[in-house]
Amino acid sequence: MPGFKIDHIQYKKNNLKVEFSADTLEKVEKIIARYPAECRKSALLPVLHIAQEEFGGYLSVDVMDYVAVILGIQYIEVYEVATFYSQFYLEKTGKYVIEVCRTGPCAICGGEKISEYLQKKLKISDGETTSDGLFTLREVECLGACGYAPAMQINTEFYEHLTVDKIDTILDLLTKNTNTEKPEGSRWTDKFF
Amino acid sequence: MDRQILLEHIAVPGIETFDVFRSKGGYNAVAKVLKELSSEDVVAEIKKSGLRGRGGAGFPTGLKWSFIDKKSSKPKYLVCNADESEPGTFKDRYLMEHLPHQLIEGMIVSSYALGVNTAYIYVRGEFKYIIGILNKALRETYSNGFLGNNILGTGYNLDIHVHPGAGAYICGEETALLESLEGKRGNPRIKPPFPASKGLYDSPTVVNNVETLAVVGPIINMGGEKYASIGLGKSSGTKLISACGNINKPGVFEIEMGLPVEEFIYSQKYCGGISNNKKMKAVIPGGSSVPILPANLILKTAKGIPRLLTYESLSEGGFETGTMLGSGGFIVYDEDTCIVRNTWNLTRFYHHESCGQCSPCREGTGWMEKVLHRIETGEGRSHDMDLLVSIASKIEGNTICPLGDAAAWPVASAIRHFRNEFEFHVAHPEIVKIKDHGSIEKYT
Repeated sequence: MPGFKIDHIQYKKNNLKVEFSADTLEKVEKIIARYPAECRKSALLPVLHIAQEEFGGYLSVDVMDYVAVILGIQYIEVYEVATFYSQFYLEKTGKYVIEVCRTGPCAICGGEKISEYLQKKLKISDGETTSDGLFTLREVECLGACGYAPAMQINTEFYEHLTVDKIDTILDLLTKNTNTEKPEGSRWTDKFF
Repeated sequence: MDRQILLEHIAVPGIETFDVFRSKGGYNAVAKVLKELSSEDVVAEIKKSGLRGRGGAGFPTGLKWSFIDKKSSKPKYLVCNADESEPGTFKDRYLMEHLPHQLIEGMIVSSYALGVNTAYIYVRGEFKYIIGILNKALRETYSNGFLGNNILGTGYNLDIHVHPGAGAYICGEETALLESLEGKRGNPRIKPPFPASKGLYDSPTVVNNVETLAVVGPIINMGGEKYASIGLGKSSGTKLISACGNINKPGVFEIEMGLPVEEFIYSQKYCGGISNNKKMKAVIPGGSSVPILPANLILKTAKGIPRLLTYESLSEGGFETGTMLGSGGFIVYDEDTCIVRNTWNLTRFYHHESCGQCSPCREGTGWMEKVLHRIETGEGRSHDMDLLVSIASKIEGNTICPLGDAAAWPVASAIRHFRNEFEFHVAHPEIVKIKDHGSIEKYT
């Protein structure tokens, strides 16, 4: 059950002003228009993805409440969805969220060692963020990249056939923020909506 | 056995663009059905083809389509299930990445057959780059007049939208997918009512897998009878098999149904044999939820007949000595694999992905994970194997959706075929406490 950990965390509403930019709002309206007029709630998952991207990489209570107002639904309808899906983060994450696959096919092709190496290199455990706020490490279930194992995803990009050397290269590039140069075998998109 | 239907043009440069796809005969099926065939004709053609759902269940597609409630006054919907998350399965991703127009063409033909004017592609949240590819392809299709209002001047209207998931295996189950598409948690619905009468927004809905929809265009072009003549018996046509694990050439292969499993694993044309010259220990042939089989039983049935890649041959022997074709997610394990560790790993997956709605699955998957973990780490107890079999049998068949079965089968089959490994773990904690102990065969 994704999200069961949250039982023990207190989430507070800070009453911060949250608002999409005009451009984003236009994009959101276009997404809502894909569904029948009385079914605005259908846009919840895509709009939460956008909100997460726009407001610092995670969904605060203020952001979730704002999304509820936009879609004309109850706050709880957003909370129950945001806590169900593993790609919605309820706490602040690093600039780059590294999601490394831990499931069977990756595990038998060296995935466990890749995960251990990442923890050692970044000096953090599963679910933690580096002190400079750059990287969050998460072990996730199957990414659907089994034939290109071991695999990980960083934000919207897939990195496959991972080796220790390749991880060094990728993390170096991201640290220097020159990630216009992609390591071989990565797949990405800049705009997914 | 070399027949390529879906991947015929995969190597053509630029095949992911509308123009190149069109130049290879793409969208001819759309023009043909809109101008020459009635919707009933299209359904009849798919029925004739014998096409079976490629997502895992293998239900006849034409029959599924014929269940849609035509008398309903509500709009009808087609939803493409692109929530591919079954461990070992990556064929839909491959199709969408390289041949997005093959899927769109199939969706237009299918929508016409079903009387649908709005269709959605539900793509798993992790595949954001695929969403980008699909949206680009859809824009091309719209601008070329094959989508939107009055398609090709025939008066038929169709919109296709891409909808992102957000990381939940359960949304691959069709009713959970519909809940998710309505902006809710992915909790499967009780059936009946089936989606064909009450699906998305309580309207008649058909949910089909990516590969199923992608092959609809080629079937229309070649004719249902011709397609039915390809393959073997009730397993007609070709199937994409995504092969992974300890093999030399992991990847996605289109095979004609009926190919011997042995040839698939060892031929250079397909998996290319086991990597590092090792021996094969076991195979899960249809995605992680189907029963695992030891090497001898995957190559030949208990009666000694060579096993073929068909729905029927793989399930020969039932769950005692057989398995299932499932989604075609083919995971190969070499001689170094620890079956206990692998079973624990997969059970952790199902525990994580259980939606929590039904107690047998919510609690049972967690119990199985815990017991398997203690066996794997040298804390197992002598009755643990019986305990696992008992938990698995109490989950199976007692849940709203098939995730419960999917979690129970790998555990039950691993103990059925590799009980000695579990017993060895319990008897030799000093050995299995060594991290990376791998296969226990070398210690016996």
